[in-house]
Amino acid sequence: MFKWLEKNLPKVVLAPAVGLISWFVYGFILWTLYISFTNSKILPKYELWGFGQYTKLWASRKWLIAVDNLLIFTALFLIFCIVIGIILAIFLDQKIRAEGVLRTIYLYPMALSFIVTGTAWKWILNPTLGLQKLFIDMGFENFTFDWLVNREMAIYTIVIAGVWQSAGFIMALFLAGLRSIEDEIVKAAKIDGANLFTVYWKILIPMMRPVFFTSFVVLVHISIKSYDLIVALTQGGPGISTTMPALYMTQTAFHKSQVGLSAASAMMMFMAVAAVIIPYLYSELRRENVS
Amino acid sequence: MITLKVQDLSKNFGSTEVLKKINLEIEEGNFLVLLGPSGCGKSTLLNIIAGLETIDEGTVFIDDYNVSEVEPKDRNIAMVFQSYALYPSMNVKENMVFGLKQSKTSKEKIEEQLKKVSSFLHVDELLNRKPSQLSGGQRQRVAIGRALVREPRIFLFDEPLSNLDAKLRVEMRREIKKLHQTLKTTVVYVTHDQTEAMSLGTNIAIMNHGVIQQYDTPENIYNKPNNTFVADFIGSPSMNLINGQLAKEANNVSFIPEGSNQSGKVSLNNYNFVKSPQESGNDIYFGIRPEHIHYKKTNDTDFEVNLRADLKEYVGHEQIITFNYYSQEILGKFPSTVKIETGQEMKLFFDLSQISVFDKKTNKRI
Amino acid sequence: MSANISATSYKQLEQKSKLKNMLLRWFLYFVLILFASYFIFPLYVMIVTSLKTMPEIRQGNLITWPSQLNFKPWAVAWGGRGYGAGDTFLRPYFWNSIKMVVPAVVASTFIGAMTGYVLTKWRFKGDSWIFLFLLFGCFIPFQAILLPMARTLGVLGISNSILGLVVVHTVYGIPFTTLFFRNYYVSIPNELIKAARIDGAGFFKIFFKILLPISAPIIVVTVIWQFTQIWNDFLFGSTFSFGEAAPIQVALNNMVLSSTSVKEYNVDMASAIIAGFPTLIVYVLAGKYFIRGLTSGAVKG
Repeated sequence: MFKWLEKNLPKVVLAPAVGLISWFVYGFILWTLYISFTNSKILPKYELWGFGQYTKLWASRKWLIAVDNLLIFTALFLIFCIVIGIILAIFLDQKIRAEGVLRTIYLYPMALSFIVTGTAWKWILNPTLGLQKLFIDMGFENFTFDWLVNREMAIYTIVIAGVWQSAGFIMALFLAGLRSIEDEIVKAAKIDGANLFTVYWKILIPMMRPVFFTSFVVLVHISIKSYDLIVALTQGGPGISTTMPALYMTQTAFHKSQVGLSAASAMMMFMAVAAVIIPYLYSELRRENVS
Repeated sequence: MITLKVQDLSKNFGSTEVLKKINLEIEEGNFLVLLGPSGCGKSTLLNIIAGLETIDEGTVFIDDYNVSEVEPKDRNIAMVFQSYALYPSMNVKENMVFGLKQSKTSKEKIEEQLKKVSSFLHVDELLNRKPSQLSGGQRQRVAIGRALVREPRIFLFDEPLSNLDAKLRVEMRREIKKLHQTLKTTVVYVTHDQTEAMSLGTNIAIMNHGVIQQYDTPENIYNKPNNTFVADFIGSPSMNLINGQLAKEANNVSFIPEGSNQSGKVSLNNYNFVKSPQESGNDIYFGIRPEHIHYKKTNDTDFEVNLRADLKEYVGHEQIITFNYYSQEILGKFPSTVKIETGQEMKLFFDLSQISVFDKKTNKRI
Repeated sequence: MSANISATSYKQLEQKSKLKNMLLRWFLYFVLILFASYFIFPLYVMIVTSLKTMPEIRQGNLITWPSQLNFKPWAVAWGGRGYGAGDTFLRPYFWNSIKMVVPAVVASTFIGAMTGYVLTKWRFKGDSWIFLFLLFGCFIPFQAILLPMARTLGVLGISNSILGLVVVHTVYGIPFTTLFFRNYYVSIPNELIKAARIDGAGFFKIFFKILLPISAPIIVVTVIWQFTQIWNDFLFGSTFSFGEAAPIQVALNNMVLSSTSVKEYNVDMASAIIAGFPTLIVYVLAGKYFIRGLTSGAVKG
């Protein structure tokens, strides 16, 4: 017995982590998957009910709005974060004075919770006392800014706050990528007569392909999971105009007590994340194995 | 004609002086090697010549024009880097013509140059490959090709062979030599490898601590090192520097090894002193290369000694023996066919026509 | 390129590039500072708003500086107004969060360190699959486990308790802590372990005497990461706790959303700053480690 323990000690030490993750991650996902095929309401039922919940889900107006919003949010969030991130990274890479201070400023939102971010932006975007008043005070007398309470525009306020929170992080990823490039490449380009714009556009940015990929995965992942920010900023409103899948899932489960339907929406989210993550993990592992 | 001239060049990084009043001139068509240990300033000097590093003091001239403030691209130079620095996102062809495209060269001219250079370097087959699909030697060729297509006045090489394995390094070294022989373009080449320096250079500048220790032909660097640093740096194993004193009586000058009590006097009458009158009793180094200690007499002037072999290192074609010479360790190099037993005394001959003598205080050749 | 360039043209090139360079640098700084103000703006607004009185807030605008520093909102946000029912303030929830964060960070870091140690230094067949198995846990959307987790906590009798949240955060922290330690230990030469084994050290001795003492940097990264993640969590907090057991982010949200009385933006902002303060301090003091964690644990968000 003692001999066995000694020999298998590493595996024994590994057991708690593996056990916990098997149960709490994989077991739970399977449970959710199973429940999504049942007609569970407030309490889980275990008779299978087929794809009923999925049909119901995709027929639900609220879910369709949530998916629409997710697509809009993801697209804008990606574009703005990456564009701002690259610009800041490239500009910071020019031997800028006070680079450290600027970097700290760009990245600090990442240390704040989405609830804090949401609370702050909710106040700033407040249609009476917020930005609108600021601009009127500055002399733009007819300035109106009511996106937060405007059904059509409210989703963009979430983009503004989300980009504010995450763009600095993308900047950090790109800056690290740029700094890891050998300076001989830049020297070679200088001797070849490339100007700064050409150096970046033709040589360095194409070399950032892995960083683009990582940023894409990170940002899509953040946007699929977006929950806190919406709760703090709009609670899905006005009406249901800013609902997103994560919010739909919790509301359906805990306010509407439609456990089966909620499980189906959770599985849709899971599949969306998996579609992004699995290729990413695959390529990361392959890269690690090559090097 | 002087192609490159460096005048009173100084460079500091913060408070560290990397280059101290460097002066250097190179004739058209010569192959200058900057040689020295890492951190001696040789790469900084090369970067300054290329215009990639700013100058604190002094001037760089290319063809008599002061280029100190001129952009790298306008200096009419090309450079090959240690990491090759090929642009990973471009294929071989795009890499090679990138510089020409930047300078708005006509399409026909670009094609012509590309064809000429790629066949010259045997990379025509590789033109559509990405750098990541090339072997080390192929990358090296492409990097050289990228420099060649620009037809520069000066080629700059920054340790181009140090990322290659030993066998390939020797091959590429030969190719670079051939290249220079064919093109006769001026070259400045940085390396820390003395074999590379000796075999490639028409001139070598040995650097240490930001100062040029000696600027000379390879032969002079080997035979007449200016100071103990150069003597020690060149040659493998390094030159033996034997401690002792200078003795002068009447017309005879000789070297007395430390601990020998006059008995081991070595005559320096045939040695070419830099400045002849030397004071008796001065501490000096008697420098002799391991390969100039022979096991049989070759010249009349050879100096005979009996020394005990303490250690034998067999390295294939030759063997390196450590001897005890008045309690100082000296090394000798012999063909491995010579039979030598450790612990036994053997008769040896110092070739006095090949020695160097240094002042111990200044470390300079006397 | 091959022809010699005359001395005068060298001179012109130099002047042109100098002027261009200067304009370019002005442009660079302009853009960088513009963005810096976008990022700093909300923090500035939060601070000035939290120091104003309500009438002043209504009169002025976002950026006006308070006529007089008014710390009352901070006192209210932290300690309440002193009357009974309906008086929500952050102090108890702040301590809730501390009580939740500390054990969860310690436990998940320790488990991650051990797991990372085994996966790199006691390798066995299939260990990279186990790593992948654990790693996947970093990426799952937590919505997929919320329902069964709620039931499990109920069955265990720890729903709506700090202990329940500690368990949840520990478990879902393990994939990240394992990732951090595994990547760190991979870079430590195996010769070190071999030497220790030859010297007679066993499994635990090698870990505690040799690896742990040189793990300070990664421990800092992991602790900061876990601290930030758990402190800032809202999903688990709001799903598995309510009322008095809630962590600070949930309490902040409730305070801001409560529509019982007139909106007090100054108190809201003071509360938001208090809730964000600990992680902000960690970021300012140990930014380097914070960023290192972010880039290697990138994908959680």
